[in-house]
Amino acid sequence: MNGHTTAEKILANSADLEEVWPGDHIICKVDMAMAHDMGTPSIIDYFKEMEVDNVWDTSKIVCVMDHIAPSHHVADADSKVSIRKFIQETGIQNFYDVGSGISHNILPEYGHIRPGELVVGTDSHTTSHGTFGAAGTGLGYTEMAYVLATGETWLRVPETIKFEFEGEFNKWVGAKDLILHIAGEYGTDFGQYKSIEYTGGPIDSMELDDRFMFPNMSVELGAKFGFTPTDSKVTDYINKRTDIPYKSRDADADASYDEIYQVDVGSISPKISTPHKVGNVVDVGDVENIKLDQVFIGSCTNGKFQDLKIAAEILNGKQIAKGMRLIVTPASRAIYSRALKGGIIDVLTDSGAVVTNSTCGACVGRGMGIIGEGEVCLAAMNRNFRGRMGSYKSDIYLSSVATAAASSITGMITDPRRKL
Amino acid sequence: MKGVAYVFGDDISTDAIIPTDYTHGSTIDYKYVFDPVRPGFADEIEKGDIVVAGKNFGCGSSRESAPIAMQLSGVSGVVAESFSRIFYRNAIAIGLPVITAKRITEFVSEGNEIEINLDTGIILNNTTGVEIEGESMPREIQSIFEAGGLINHYKLNKDEKEVEK
Ligand code: SF4
Repeated sequence: MNGHTTAEKILANSADLEEVWPGDHIICKVDMAMAHDMGTPSIIDYFKEMEVDNVWDTSKIVCVMDHIAPSHHVADADSKVSIRKFIQETGIQNFYDVGSGISHNILPEYGHIRPGELVVGTDSHTTSHGTFGAAGTGLGYTEMAYVLATGETWLRVPETIKFEFEGEFNKWVGAKDLILHIAGEYGTDFGQYKSIEYTGGPIDSMELDDRFMFPNMSVELGAKFGFTPTDSKVTDYINKRTDIPYKSRDADADASYDEIYQVDVGSISPKISTPHKVGNVVDVGDVENIKLDQVFIGSCTNGKFQDLKIAAEILNGKQIAKGMRLIVTPASRAIYSRALKGGIIDVLTDSGAVVTNSTCGACVGRGMGIIGEGEVCLAAMNRNFRGRMGSYKSDIYLSSVATAAASSITGMITDPRRKL
Repeated sequence: MKGVAYVFGDDISTDAIIPTDYTHGSTIDYKYVFDPVRPGFADEIEKGDIVVAGKNFGCGSSRESAPIAMQLSGVSGVVAESFSRIFYRNAIAIGLPVITAKRITEFVSEGNEIEINLDTGIILNNTTGVEIEGESMPREIQSIFEAGGLINHYKLNKDEKEVEK
């Protein structure tokens, strides 16, 4: 057994080494670095403190105004003014201003992600890029300033856990239910400092939008990286968006894993994560009839085209419950526009939904969809920490889009299989 | 490093450490540190006190405002049973000591005075007299920490490189 996992292969390449093993601390060359509007103001301060004049490579840095977009507080508007100035001064080539969408969704869309590469971002869900065979991970703002100056960062080579999925999903059960099931079953720190590879038939047959769930939510399991296989669905997607050559570095057949888990996806029913931890997972059936003030469908996790499509399928011709809000936030302008042309936005609006521009918004508690004291929100997103969406004295439940959409019709947590 | 221990449970998220609403641009209203889980913390603690926590401390977002808010409020270090990786890195990058010690919450209660040896990772509970073995920081990153954080580390090495020239 001397093969390597995906993480080991990508990190060895980025450190210019023949091979690396779990536990090694290495200095890596970064292929792509992303900073968003919440992190960049501090990065600018640190960058100046470091007395560096130029960024390491203007083509390898992407800056996205997604978290607080558009601004609705003078301090945030001011900080965007300094960000735009910094972009001009440094000549950073890839700048996506307010309205473009959420970084994790637009980096691949605009061709900034390639299999086999190392991507760092000032955001924990940078793990999402494992959908495209890239090792993505989050860094803080000081570390990002260092990356912008040098193009390098230190990393500890992680152990890898592998999931082998089999079977077929039941109707209205899917990727989100499966990842919540994993968080409930194995906990939200079992992946700490590790890399997770998700494999098997159910992954192979999924649309990329659904596969994205696994690398994206890997950080909720504590992981450093998450990967799904780089198959032809991925390379077809990538090749349409970039001319830059790449080499995919998926795991060798004889790679060594810390643990291997098998899950039959046919045994999974719709799942709900209850307040205030992602790992507090129960079957929807156990919490049905909890009354809701708001349903949110959005975020990098659940604002993708497939998500909006499912929501529209369920809400078509129906009305959301009286006294309740449904907020829908498409993850990118491209997704928004495709949904608009496909009639999906019409269906959602007619049902009573508020469809917002593409932004993190309610997911980060800084945009449209903040909840107040005593309110209960069912959210198709990724985190239900206390205070995440507004008042600390509010409750957030997490679910799939199907469960969220079905529940918005009844105004109570509802099993989508019962309703439809 | 010596201080009074403030003990927290498992899975304290960065949202719980500093809610995003209290950060604008690069300014952080650290008076609200731990507000969702422990209102009034910033008023209670004295400079040098130490946060002791269970598993998965600092989970959630990559916001560096979390360790910075703790540092600004006077916290001198964190001992936890495990850390979320981004929080751990951020703390090192800004020069806030972080020590991993399994089962620390069993050996330290709120209000105990504890003393940490950063080189060895050994934690002494002065109140109970119990000694707990923590993990010292990996040698590879200790140099960043010793420089007082990543920015100083960079500046130090940059100067050295220029001297070499
Ligand atoms: S949508 Fe939510 S989880 Fe995703 S990047 Fe934005 S704030 Fe983070």
